[in-house]
Amino acid sequence: MSTAVLPYTVEPHPITRLYSGKLGIWLFLASEVMLFGALFSSYVLLRVGAPVAGPAAWPAHAETGLSWKIGGFNTLVLIISSVTMVMAWAALKTHNIGRAKAYLATTVFLALVFIVVKLTLEYIPKIQAGHTPSHNNFFALYFTLTGLHALHIIGGIIVITYFIGPGSALWKTDPEYFTNRVECTGLYWHFVDLVWIFLFPVLYLT
Amino acid sequence: MAQHQHKGGGHGHDHHHHDDHGAGHHELSYWRKYIFSVDHKIIGIQYGLTALCFLFFGFSLMMIMRWQLAYPNKPIPVIGSLFPSFFPGGAMAPEMYNAFGAMHGTIMVFLGVVPMLVGAFGNYVMPLQIGAPDMAFPKLNMMSYWVYFCGGVTMLASFFVKGGAAQSGWTSYAPLSVITQPHQWGQTMWLIGMVFLITSSLLGSINFITTIVQLRAKGLTMFRLPFFVWAQFVTSFLLLLAFPPLEAAGILQLMDRVAGTSFFMPEGLVVSGQMQSYTGGGNPLLWQHLFWFLAHPEVYVLILPAMGMVAEIIASNTRKALWGYRTMVYSIIFLGFMSFIVWAHHMFITGMGQKMAAFFATTTMIISIPSVVILTAMVITLHGASIRFNVPMLFALAFLPMFAIGGLTGLPLGLPVSDIQLHDTYYVIGHFHYVVAPGTIFAIFAGIYFWFPKATGRMMNEALGKVHFVLSFIFINVAFMPMFFQGLAGVSRRLADQTGYAHGNAVQGLTRMSSWGAWMLGLSQVPFIINFFVSMFAGRKVSENPWESTTLEWSAPSPPPHGNFKSTPVVHRGPYEYGVPGIAKDYFPQHQAGAEA
Amino acid sequence: MRRCSWRIFLAVVFGCVVLGQTSVLRAQAVAPKDTGVKIDGEYGPFLPTDISVDGYQVDRLINVLHVFMIGLFVGWGLFFAFCLVKYRQRPGHRANSVLIKAKPSKYLEIAVAIFEAVLLFGFSIPVWARVKSEFPTDDPMRVRVVAEQFAWNFHYPGADKKFGKLNPKIIDLVKNPLGRMDDDPAGKDDFVSGEFHVIEGRSVVVEILSKDVIHSFFVPVLRVKQDAIPGMRIPIWFKTKEKTAGAYEIGCAQLCGNNHFSMRAVMHVDTPEQYAAWVKKVTAPPEEFKED
Ligand code: HEM
Ligand SMILES: [Cu+2]
Ligand SMILES: [Cu+2]
Repeated sequence: MSTAVLPYTVEPHPITRLYSGKLGIWLFLASEVMLFGALFSSYVLLRVGAPVAGPAAWPAHAETGLSWKIGGFNTLVLIISSVTMVMAWAALKTHNIGRAKAYLATTVFLALVFIVVKLTLEYIPKIQAGHTPSHNNFFALYFTLTGLHALHIIGGIIVITYFIGPGSALWKTDPEYFTNRVECTGLYWHFVDLVWIFLFPVLYLT
Repeated sequence: MAQHQHKGGGHGHDHHHHDDHGAGHHELSYWRKYIFSVDHKIIGIQYGLTALCFLFFGFSLMMIMRWQLAYPNKPIPVIGSLFPSFFPGGAMAPEMYNAFGAMHGTIMVFLGVVPMLVGAFGNYVMPLQIGAPDMAFPKLNMMSYWVYFCGGVTMLASFFVKGGAAQSGWTSYAPLSVITQPHQWGQTMWLIGMVFLITSSLLGSINFITTIVQLRAKGLTMFRLPFFVWAQFVTSFLLLLAFPPLEAAGILQLMDRVAGTSFFMPEGLVVSGQMQSYTGGGNPLLWQHLFWFLAHPEVYVLILPAMGMVAEIIASNTRKALWGYRTMVYSIIFLGFMSFIVWAHHMFITGMGQKMAAFFATTTMIISIPSVVILTAMVITLHGASIRFNVPMLFALAFLPMFAIGGLTGLPLGLPVSDIQLHDTYYVIGHFHYVVAPGTIFAIFAGIYFWFPKATGRMMNEALGKVHFVLSFIFINVAFMPMFFQGLAGVSRRLADQTGYAHGNAVQGLTRMSSWGAWMLGLSQVPFIINFFVSMFAGRKVSENPWESTTLEWSAPSPPPHGNFKSTPVVHRGPYEYGVPGIAKDYFPQHQAGAEA
Repeated sequence: MRRCSWRIFLAVVFGCVVLGQTSVLRAQAVAPKDTGVKIDGEYGPFLPTDISVDGYQVDRLINVLHVFMIGLFVGWGLFFAFCLVKYRQRPGHRANSVLIKAKPSKYLEIAVAIFEAVLLFGFSIPVWARVKSEFPTDDPMRVRVVAEQFAWNFHYPGADKKFGKLNPKIIDLVKNPLGRMDDDPAGKDDFVSGEFHVIEGRSVVVEILSKDVIHSFFVPVLRVKQDAIPGMRIPIWFKTKEKTAGAYEIGCAQLCGNNHFSMRAVMHVDTPEQYAAWVKKVTAPPEEFKED
């Protein structure tokens, strides 16, 4: 292998106390904050500036047909998945790869539940009811924000699945490195969770 | 720990590969070595060559447009008949003018200058200057390049789809960008291309910041960093935090175009007498706010690394420390912060009220101060120096007055009252081109001549370089100086033909002068192109430190091998210790131990 | 020998540039595209004629700024040139490693900052306030400007000084380009024209609208520029000087599509008599109804 020998890929830097991957993921999350921040700002601007009447008016909450029960269920699912993600990392810290994989698999399962619920109980019925993104700006934002969030979930599913499968080979050669990677994935996963925790009240409760 | 280090970082995804081959250093295949390389130097060169091609391409678009401006609706010589499908009748139709204009801006900014400054110079030079073996995430680095490449291909391909490339300017103001070319791909591909380019820059900026924070050589404290590294550091933060809002905006505009949403579409739009099907409720100014929130920091992305490069070259060729290094560092950090709160000075004419205008005019005046400080510091460095007029230095010196013109002419645009007359005229075009063309592009040339021996082990030819410099310097001014007068006369930008206006017709001579300047500028690049390729193979061979500079990159072999340094460098002093008393040589490299000055 | 050839090279290049550019500049400009109207005012490589009572404030700021910029640039350039000559590398000359204490640079920076503050608070913010919010109360004319790809419509309120409502749904490019509603009494005496007529020496309040994309209403001789943004109605105002009657150009300053370059209109500054005659002409019933 000819990749140059790089310090601090595994052990923390003496001053920053971070290994490079962790610093990297924090920076990535900072950019994600700006991304969703811009979208939330757009939400506020569009909502405040919406016409008072007519087809483009902001729909009353009842008209949106969004069920807080479904949204609440999904919120719960994501929160639990965040917990299982932490448990996976904790299991790796105690050198129990088997248990870690089980927790990771649970996380993936919960994420899939989230997506399936979203798709079958929300997206498809909404579109069938004519509430497509072009219906009005509420639905435009609803689909854009939750869609982008769902893409983040799917990205997470792919990465975690990789760590359960082929990626876990790293455990045998360098367990600490592997643990770090799971930790970084966990940070990302919590962030995605957090975004949903903002989305839920904004879209379902107000 | 040592064992972990052995595994190396960032090559995670192919650990089987690693296991298969063991840790031995075997020869990589051609593909892994030169195409899908993870070595920051190869990636830097890939970025550099690609970006040079795009710069040349974007410039060519403009040279063709300049024909239409100088001789409106006359058939374009040669090119007009070579591409009859682009130029019906050999001349340039307004929609083609708009497409070329939008693509010139986009290509120059996002595919040319940024990849050159950050992707090429940042990638190649920065790790060397901090004494790192590579970037913190080499795989990610490779990915940045290939994502950028995809973005470039998408942009280029958009010329050939039905309806042609995007036509709404590099700013893509909605609703124009949403309603033109309906059901066609031009603007949509522009948006998709932008998403690629943004992603690439984001990955790159994460890599840069992490590298600078984590991988500095022992002894290299933040205030011993070369100014160029500081510039890259601040630039990376700008990219990291300013690009995501544009990504958000791009996604929203994509939805407007593809899914029929109304994020930027107000109620009751009527286009050519046809009521539009958009529900409405959106706001065209939302796009502008999101766009300029990125694009203002973006213009600092276009200039800060250029300043950094010029500072390096000036220090080396004045044989003197940079005057006010710390002040410069504080200024550049301050610039970075301020650049996030000046964006709406691009929007004074949108009907902005008093308070907003006063706020953004004030921040704009404030942000001009650190630029003045940096420029002053570089000029004062010349005082008491021993100036070597080699080619890189000539370009770096020319940068100073050119950037000064660009910066000064920004003042009338930053004050809302004078902006009333000058906004969206050629004055603006002149202003920012003085910053990015004789400014940044000259810094890029300076950088190429300066670091070429590091990357190839060979010098570029001095005489050809001087010819290139003299011609470029003259003609770039011939091309851009007239624009200020056109702007004062009131000629709007983005006009495919200004002669319809009495005030435009009155200065048509200036337009033609500018066009000739641009074409001659194009010709003036011939010595450079020849020099570049011939020197690569036949240039004079040089040792590792031909300019007798102090920073770390000059302590590595030329070209540096994989892993960069023969032994891990340790830093003992600041970046610009020239002419230290008591030292025989007039420079004292950072890595050399010895009495602290 | 080498020096000499460099000098010849530079001289030849320079000579060619000067000769070439003067011939390019001198080549006679093409005649302006015929708009059917002779445009008044003087145009050249500097600010054009100014016919607005407040335009001088814009010009003054632009001029002061340029004097300042040129002064700063020349002073700075002299120092720069001095350094290049005095401190060029030559045998026996070595750089002075002691950094000078450049107090003057600090003064210079502070001076620049103060100057900018003066411009900002003295010449920019107050003028902007006047232009933006001190709308005239001396019985101004009121006109609505409705932009569309690629034309300007001027909507006059008529004798009652009230604009009728507009409804985008009933727009018809030929018969009813703005979508005026017949059942609105305020709109009964409104009229719409493709020409902009104002009375010299009288203030005008203009409301700027757009039907489709963003345009920008630009009248160089008035020092007026305002984006026309769909979904918004933006008022601006100006007042022409006395004795400025004539025809002037209106342009679009914001890229608005293919024919952006030709989105022009003519502003006629009329004497009160000319204006009255024009109103009579445009409000006269169309030819075919005259018979009955
Ligand atoms: C060196 C040769 C160059 C020439 C002769 C040139 C010339 C021009 C001209 C004449 C325009 C105005 C077109 C119009 O308004 O219709 C323009 C626009 C523009 N140029 Fe350049 N340019 C050059 C280099 C660059 C570089 C290096 C950059 C960027 C870093 C750049 C970025 C832009 C942008 C962003 C626009 C605005 C495009 C738009 O209106 O959407 N140009 N250029
Ligand atoms: Cu700006
Ligand atoms: Cu226009």
